[in-house]
Amino acid sequence: MLQFAKWKTTLVALVVAAGIVFVLPNFFSRASLENWPGWIPNQQINLGLDLQGGSHLLLEVDVDTVISDRLESLESEVRRTLRSKRINYTGIGIEELAVRVRLTNPEQRDEAVEALRDLSQPITTNAFLNVGAQDLEVSVDESGIARLLLTDEAIAERRRAAVEQSIEIVRRRIDETGTREPSIQRQGEDRILVQLPGVDDPDRIKRLLGQTARLTFQMVDVDARPGGRVPPGSVSLPSDARASSQQTEYIVRREILISGENLINASTTFDQQSGGPAVSFRFDASGGRRFGQATTDNVGRPFAIVLDGKVISAPVIRQPILGGSGIITGGFTVQEANDLALLLRAGALPAPLNILEERSVGPGLGADSVAAGELASVIAFVAVMVFMVLAYGLFGMIANVALIVNMILIGGGLSLLQATLTLPGIAGVVLTIGMAVDANVLIFERIREEVRTGKTPVAAIDAGYSRALTTIIDANVTTLIAAILLFQFGSGPVKGFAVTLAFGIASSMFTAITLTRLIVITWMRRRRPAALPI
Amino acid sequence: MAWKLRLVPEKTAIPFMRLRNLAFAFSGALAVLSIVLLFSLGLNFGIDFRGGTLIQVKTPGTADIATMRDAVGGLGLGDLSLQTFGSDDEVLIRVERQVGDAAEQLTAVETIKDALASSIGGDLDYRRVEFVGPQVSSELVIDGTLALGLALIAMLIYIWFRFEWQFSVGAVLALVHDVVLTFGFFAITGLEFNLSIVAAILTIIGYSMNDTVVVYDRVRENLRKFKKMELRQLIDVSVNDTLSRTTLTSFTTLLALIALAVVGGPVIAGFVVAMIWGVVIGTYSSIFVAAPVLLYLGVRRESFDKESAEGDGEASPA
Repeated sequence: MLQFAKWKTTLVALVVAAGIVFVLPNFFSRASLENWPGWIPNQQINLGLDLQGGSHLLLEVDVDTVISDRLESLESEVRRTLRSKRINYTGIGIEELAVRVRLTNPEQRDEAVEALRDLSQPITTNAFLNVGAQDLEVSVDESGIARLLLTDEAIAERRRAAVEQSIEIVRRRIDETGTREPSIQRQGEDRILVQLPGVDDPDRIKRLLGQTARLTFQMVDVDARPGGRVPPGSVSLPSDARASSQQTEYIVRREILISGENLINASTTFDQQSGGPAVSFRFDASGGRRFGQATTDNVGRPFAIVLDGKVISAPVIRQPILGGSGIITGGFTVQEANDLALLLRAGALPAPLNILEERSVGPGLGADSVAAGELASVIAFVAVMVFMVLAYGLFGMIANVALIVNMILIGGGLSLLQATLTLPGIAGVVLTIGMAVDANVLIFERIREEVRTGKTPVAAIDAGYSRALTTIIDANVTTLIAAILLFQFGSGPVKGFAVTLAFGIASSMFTAITLTRLIVITWMRRRRPAALPI
Repeated sequence: MAWKLRLVPEKTAIPFMRLRNLAFAFSGALAVLSIVLLFSLGLNFGIDFRGGTLIQVKTPGTADIATMRDAVGGLGLGDLSLQTFGSDDEVLIRVERQVGDAAEQLTAVETIKDALASSIGGDLDYRRVEFVGPQVSSELVIDGTLALGLALIAMLIYIWFRFEWQFSVGAVLALVHDVVLTFGFFAITGLEFNLSIVAAILTIIGYSMNDTVVVYDRVRENLRKFKKMELRQLIDVSVNDTLSRTTLTSFTTLLALIALAVVGGPVIAGFVVAMIWGVVIGTYSSIFVAAPVLLYLGVRRESFDKESAEGDGEASPA
């Protein structure tokens, strides 16, 4: 009756010891932990963004833009190809996922189809599975309308590549800001989850991520007057809000002399003439050559520096720029110049990013929440322990030992698994303090009942534990089911709540069934009481 | 034997089942009222479910809500609300979702910050900024509804598996009762209904179920023990047997929750209030809803006749 298998005793001791070892680092400063020998666990509980402060951003890659970009560039390629082959055409345009063009001369159809097929590009991935897969299907119908349709594989591949590249660019941009331990993960098809602990200016990050940062150099169309008719081959672009110029609109040649892809470096500098902040840049070898050529050909004419479709500045080329480097001036503040340099270094996003969700908590509120949570835990802890002693006396004290061990196990478990503790998670811990005694209450009430039926102390305890066991398991499994669903469907902080709740249930079951029983049995064997003080 | 604190006397014989019609009428009336309130007043959805932007700002002294409202009210940002939050130097500003893309939301936040800076000065601490777009908010609604539905179904199946169908009907009725009354509570109080409230409701489901299972477990045990006892009396005995435990556990849980409510801070206040409400009605419903349902539906005692081992509930439904 009063047996407790050796191996069980060892197991309980080991679990409790492990709990203590893993929870211990939380009571030391991070700095002192680094000096601990490597074999001692030194992981602390991860605080969620709502407790340590920081930003949670859910971004969506606007993948449709990538497809429409590809179609637009395809349209101009088709135009160029047909023109260079002197094939007659009319009515070129984009319809859904295809470029459509009417070939007017039936005799040129075959030649045209062949030329258009050459525009197709191989799909790079899945090269092993799908050798020679092309991104276009070219067809021509009876009436001479040719269609260049993007294949499903090509679309899927472009979307995939766009999301992957976006993640890479987002990572580079965030790394450039010097944020500590950012977490950047893909979520679902086209979403990116960015978590930035301890960021104090989330707005800056959002601004940085909100720009595609596509930089191009284009000639200003000096023949056209802003506000007037825009000649074919040119486009009217608005002036960037930061630009110092009074001009609000520029007519710019569509042809792109050179783009930001060829940049290898960019940094903040100061304009020697105005003294204001500026961004200096340097092209790679081929970019430098093209830039040199373009500036040589266009001395005396203005060219536009265009960022995301807005003209930052349009300086006149005074002399050929052959060194492959230059500066961009605008009415920048130092911060704006820094940010632009950062964006240029990190590269352009393949598609715009939309912010779907943002949750930013300042470090002050996080610290307040931790303090409030700690205070609430301590109060709840003391109140419940006092109550248990009042209700069950000695047995209440035993339950309190179990409660303390419970907290150690929850803390140790969270540290070991590096689960994240959130504010609702703290609520889960406090709730667990209240509910954890339930298993012991069930057992003690049962023992009381058995004592009332006239059982001896030993028999009462034995019956109490064995009869309460099913109830404890049934009752806790239901709460566990709720916790699992919470984890599955909850987001962020709510997940943290589910984790601590589940930990609390598991450890309260463990301590009630094994630890308090071990203590009770040990006590019984030593004292052999005639009556139970319960 | 030393004196022990007891919430209920050692041995009680309260005729709960005699009160069952009264209790059912009471519960039914509250449930109907809750549903009526839910549809007439509606819930005060937070940005999690409605989309929009939330800004929590701490002012150097007592917040001058009127001035702040004047400053941001005329910005043309649509539906906008201000209220103090937790203490009188913290203000919660809610703005509806702006037409347009993400940049518009960002601009709205900056517009508000600029307006506040120029009207009450720059010494403001922006403690929290949350924005939830329409896609995410509708996903959260779906996820939340799904989680609640699945929780109820999972409980139904588990109880059916461990007990008998009558028990699972009773348990789930009690849960539905708790959930409906919690919705009613949020409709009448106008407290913000957000993601953490859904978490609270799921926890209430778990908690209430826990209570119900303890009572049911005793009913099952007594069905085996007292083969000749009338069902009505048997249920009464079972509820009385477990009454001490039910009240004790609810009490310790409430102790912990009250500690959280008093010092836990305003961010989780809604969650804690929901939980307190849930613990109270969850305890009530396991005694006054879940148990009497067994009496209405009847229990096939043969299912429990076998001298089966403890906890070896029969899985086969009628």
